[in-house]
This record gives sequence, structure tokens and C-alpha cells, in this order.
Amino acid sequence: MSLTATAKAGPRRPAGTGPGPDDGRAAALRRTWRKASPYAYIAPFFTLFLAFGLFPLLYTAFVSLYRVELQTSGEMEWRGLANYTALFSDEFFWTSLRNTFTIGVLSTVPQLAMALGLAHLLNYKLRGRTFIRTAILLPYATSVAAATLVFAQLFGRDFGLINYVIGLVGFDPVDWQTGTVASQIAVSTIVIWRWTGYNALIYLAGMQSIPHELYEAAEMDGASRWRQFIHVTLPGLRPTIIFTVIISTIGATQLFGEPLLFEGSISGGISHQYQTLGLYMYEQGWGFFHLGRAAAIAWVMFVLIVVIVGVNALIVRRRTRKEAGR
Amino acid sequence: MPIARAAKRATVRLGAVALVGALLAACGAGNSSGSDSSDSAGGKVTLTVDLFGSFGFKEAGLYEEYQKLNPGVTIKQSDTQDEADYWKSLQTRLAGGGGLADVQGVEVGRIASVTQQQSDKFQDLKEFGADKLKGEFAEAKWSAATTKDGKILGLGTDVGPEAMCYRTDLFKQAGLPTDREELAKKWATWDGYLELGKEYKKKAPAKSAWLDSVASLYGIMIGQEEERYYDASGELIYEKNPAVKAAWDASVEAAEAGLSAKLDQWSPQWNQAFAAGSFATIPCPAWMLGYVKGQAGEKGQGKWDIAKLPGGAGNWGGSYLSIPRAAKHKKEAYQLIEWLTAPEQQAKVFQKQGNFPSSTGAIEKIADAKDAYFSNAPIGQIFGDAAKESPVQVLGVHDQNVMQQITNALSEVERKGVSSEKAWGTAKKGVANVIG
Repeated sequence: MSLTATAKAGPRRPAGTGPGPDDGRAAALRRTWRKASPYAYIAPFFTLFLAFGLFPLLYTAFVSLYRVELQTSGEMEWRGLANYTALFSDEFFWTSLRNTFTIGVLSTVPQLAMALGLAHLLNYKLRGRTFIRTAILLPYATSVAAATLVFAQLFGRDFGLINYVIGLVGFDPVDWQTGTVASQIAVSTIVIWRWTGYNALIYLAGMQSIPHELYEAAEMDGASRWRQFIHVTLPGLRPTIIFTVIISTIGATQLFGEPLLFEGSISGGISHQYQTLGLYMYEQGWGFFHLGRAAAIAWVMFVLIVVIVGVNALIVRRRTRKEAGR
Repeated sequence: MPIARAAKRATVRLGAVALVGALLAACGAGNSSGSDSSDSAGGKVTLTVDLFGSFGFKEAGLYEEYQKLNPGVTIKQSDTQDEADYWKSLQTRLAGGGGLADVQGVEVGRIASVTQQQSDKFQDLKEFGADKLKGEFAEAKWSAATTKDGKILGLGTDVGPEAMCYRTDLFKQAGLPTDREELAKKWATWDGYLELGKEYKKKAPAKSAWLDSVASLYGIMIGQEEERYYDASGELIYEKNPAVKAAWDASVEAAEAGLSAKLDQWSPQWNQAFAAGSFATIPCPAWMLGYVKGQAGEKGQGKWDIAKLPGGAGNWGGSYLSIPRAAKHKKEAYQLIEWLTAPEQQAKVFQKQGNFPSSTGAIEKIADAKDAYFSNAPIGQIFGDAAKESPVQVLGVHDQNVMQQITNALSEVERKGVSSEKAWGTAKKGVANVIG
């Protein structure tokens, strides 16, 4: 871009100080810098994003069209869309897609509901509030690996604490690793345990931005705490709830660490009963070294997430428009 | 070590992000020729050794001994407990051509991948004169690490001759004989073993099964076969291989008769079951001895014994030491692995760790070995005989993963009561997925 052009396009400033010929040039330079500097400031992020975000994304798309094996990664064999068609005719892909969905629902719904309840309680004046708020964040600070290994012990079939307790009540032990529903509940439990506190804090922050007068007014009108929650807190929290739903959905779609470490099985159990998409990709890529297929799965997951987020956004926009029209 | 080979369990294996890996793998094709040894200023060399599980070199004090013999050499060993993790990381580094150690361990289930798919990434040890060692190793061990065009890509450490470990105390309680000779006769065949299992079940102590898991039964039976998943030409033949079918059927029979404790090998529950007495027998390659001792602990001392395996000799597991082409000190690395795999050193590892030597000289040295933990069983003789009679196995590039798919499907029969036909269908789909 030429200097004059920029100067012309730049915002006109009132010519206040001495308009010498040199000064004009310096001013033009300054103006250029003014225009360009924001780009310079954000450049580091975008450079990094290009190198470690966009390039891998595009390169993955490229790889997904080839047959690439890690052992012989020098030889790439063109397959076109065969990796994708193979994927869609693969029973295990659909199993893992279904598992990702069911585990996602099993973990996200109770998690957000509990977080909401917790936040509501924490929003009252409690003794040691800061301590409790910090405490509920602790599971989130724990590493997935450590947490999952502990849970795997708790859910043990023969010597696990949970089956022991179930036995005390008089029920038969549950095979938490083998049963489809049982194993998915077990994996979801780990997710719930880890993320409930985190979401509760987000809700709490959202709740504190709701004007206190609303509650006072509601109280004067004789609304119970429950009614206050339904009619004041929930509407006020809507943007926050939408945010957590989107974040949790993305998290659930990418769920990986918990199912992998639960039994240490890359197949997600003997019948793939709790294999998520993330785990399925890992199995293809790092269990069997089919990098092309793993790349195809990565792209399918990417598109899936974009679609989910898009649908979410659409629903939100519709609701907002409806409300605006009211 | 093979202990970890099937042990795809429990260790932390986060951090491998597929995208980054794919990138690394595909980008870094070249750059494999490192500087050729002896950049050693003043004769000082630091050799890096990268292994999995426990090869027992450190435990047997071999590094210290070597450093004393060769004052200029310092050895640094790094370990990954789980072979599956180790192999993943090694594959990534081989593809990228960087970060490789001077000596890399390779499990026997992977050696075919090395000789058939990656022979250009490993050093031909013949260049350092390895071919003169040929007579010192068991034939099967040697040939598995040799490529079709005669390159020698690894020197053998241990092998996995098979036997059957059993709990004498539980046998007594169930009214079965406990003498190892007598048992060997009773279970001369696998049918005999299963029959005895049914007898055991009738009078067994509560919460005790005949066998730990059908996956280990399948594993040990398939170890007795020469041809398993691939034929010599490298074609996948497991579907029509009668040996695979026989091992499958016997495992299904054991599962359906309720003979197994339904444990998942290498899982925490499996580990706990050793001490709890949840099973009376466990198929036992030599490297399993150390594992049994570790899990059953001191209280198990004298309760265990070892008998000859039903149905003849077999081999399960064992490892190699290899030198990547990108290694920095190839010549010194070769001197080290030649020394480590020599008979004296292999015998020392056996005495310390139970890993059975692949060197014929070492096998002679330990022929009289007995193990106090296992009721003074003559392990030198039992495993020695098995090692001598073991078939020369045809190895394939995906052996490890194919086996995993089949044992997964067997576990479905065992733990979920899925029918044999349906489970076999799942296994076939799984294998198709592995082959890609």
C-alpha cells in the first residue's frame, strides 16, 4: 500500500500543529502506523494460528484423502474419498458416534443441572463461601489421568468400592467395565465429577450479574425461593446457560481421556461399548497407525462440531428474535 | 519385556495428539543418516538405551559391569512401562527421524513390522560382524530378526517358553493332585486340561475359578502354533487357519463351561486376583514368573507350582535389541548389545528376573535352575525343554493387533455370554479394521 493512498484513506485529523513539509510526512507516517499497528499487535496470534491451527487442519484434510501408515509414512497412496466411505460403512464408527452421543447426554445433562443447583445454593450468603467455591473447583484442577485411575478402581467388578456398597444394600455386583449402560454411566460419572464445579462457578458468575433488585421485588411480591429461581435466575442466566451448553457439547464430542483410561483399552472395552469418536480416532491413528483414516475421522468430528454449534446458534437466534418480537 | 507387551493398561497415555503426530510423521521423511559413531572426543561416549517393561539389565547390574569394563562409556536407560505406548512413540520418532536412542528394544510381536516394513530405518548389524553370532542363538529367534535379503536388524534378548502355573493349595482343597509330573500326564492334552477344570469347578473353594481369563488360554495355545495369522508369504490366513479355530474353540468351551474368572488380563482386577486366589491355574510364559511373584507377593511363596503345558511346547513373547539408522553411536551401541545378549549376561538376567534366555549357551548354563517361590519347580528344565521344542513361528506385521481383536471377541463370549459365531464375526470386523 502506498503512503499517499493510506494518508488519503486515513481518518482526517484536524491540522493543529505546524504544517511544515517535513511534518506532513511524519504525520502521514504516524497515521500509517496507527492504521497498521493493530495488525502488528495481533500478528503473533495469527502467525501461530496459521502454523499450528489452520495448517494442520488443511493438512489433515489432505492426508485424509490418502492411505498413510505410520510405519511407512513416506508412501502415500491416493484413495480419494475412500477413507470417508469406508468410515461410513464401518459398524464401529456408528457405534462410537452413538456412544459419543449417549455418553454426552448422560454426562452433560446431570452435570449442568447439578451445577445450576450448586450455583444457586452458593449464591446465598454462606459461611466460608470462598472456601466452598474454591473447593468445588478442585475436581477440575485434578488431572484426568489421576481421577480416572481412581474411578476405575472404585468401579472395579470384584474388589471395587461401589460394588461393595451395592452388595451391602443387597444387590448383585455390577460389571461396570463390560455392561454397555453400566460402563457408559461409569465414564459419565467421571466427566460429571470433573466438570460440575467448573460449570457451577460459571453459573455463579452469571447469577451475580443479575440485578439484586429483581430478587427484592420478587420477594416483595411474595415469590418463594424456588419461584425466584424459575422466574428470575433462569431467564437472567440464559446466555450463560447457552454458553455452557455449547462448551459442554463440544467437550462431549471430543471426549477422550476418561474412556481411554477407564480400562486402558483403546477399543473402548471388549465390544467397543464405551468407545467415543475421539477414542476411535486414536485407535485408528495410534493403535493401528492408519493415519489417513484417523485424519478422515478428525474431519468428520470437526464438521460434526461445526454443525452442532451452528444448530445451537440458530436455535438461540430464533429464540432471541421471538423474544424481541414479543 | 513381554510382560508389558500385552499390558495396554493403566499407564498414562495422554499427550499424543493425532493431528500433530500425523504432521510429524508425514513431514519428516528424510534426515535419517546420523553421524557415524566415534565422534567421541577422548573416547568418552554416552550411549542411550530406550526400552519398555523390564529387560532386567539394570536390575542384574549389567550396565555397571559394562561401564567398568569400558571406562569411556556411560549408559543411560529410559523406560516405558507399557509396550504399546513405547511402540507408538518409537514409530513417531522413526517416521520423524529424530529423538532416537542408540539402542531401541523391539518386542517379538513387532519384529515382523521392523523386518518387513521398516528395514531401511534400522541398522544392519551384519556391518559390525553380527553374522558370526548366528550359531549362538536359538534358530527361531535369529531368523525372525533377519530380513529376506539377509539383513540382521536385532539381537535377541529373551524368549517366552510356555508352561502352566498353578496353585497347589487350591488344588488340594478341590481334591486334585498337586504333583507336577502327575498333572502333566493328566493334562497332556487341552481336553484333559478342560476336563480337570470341570472337576475342579465341582469342588472348588468359593469364588475361585479354574483359569484367570480365556484370553490367556487363547494366547498360550496360539503360542504353540507355527502358523497363526499370516502364512510365510505374508498373506493373512487366520480365518481359515485350523490352529486359530482350535484355540478359539477351546477358549469358547472354557468360557461356556464357566471355568474362567472372567478377568481382563493386565487390568487392576487381574492383579488383585493373584493374591486373592480367584483362579487356580494361569498359562505361564517364562516372563510371567516375575509377574506372579510381584502380584501374589510373599504370602504366595510356596503355594505356586509349575507344570508342563498341555498340548506341547510353545513360545509367547520375547524381545530384541536394535539400533536405529539415526542413532549417534552405532558402533559403540553394537558392542554394547553384543555384550548384553551374550550367554553370560542372559543367564544373569534369568537368575534375577526370570526372563528366559534366547542364547543357546545361556540355556545350558541355567539348565539346573530351580525356583523356591514356585515350590522349587525345576524352571531351568521345564522352560528349557519348552524352548527347545518350540515351533519356529511365522510372524506377521499386525500380529499384535490381530490377536488383540480376537481376544476382545473372546472376552465377549466369556463375560457377556455372546454366542461364538457372533463373537467371531466381531473379531473378523475388528481384524479388517486393523489391516485397514
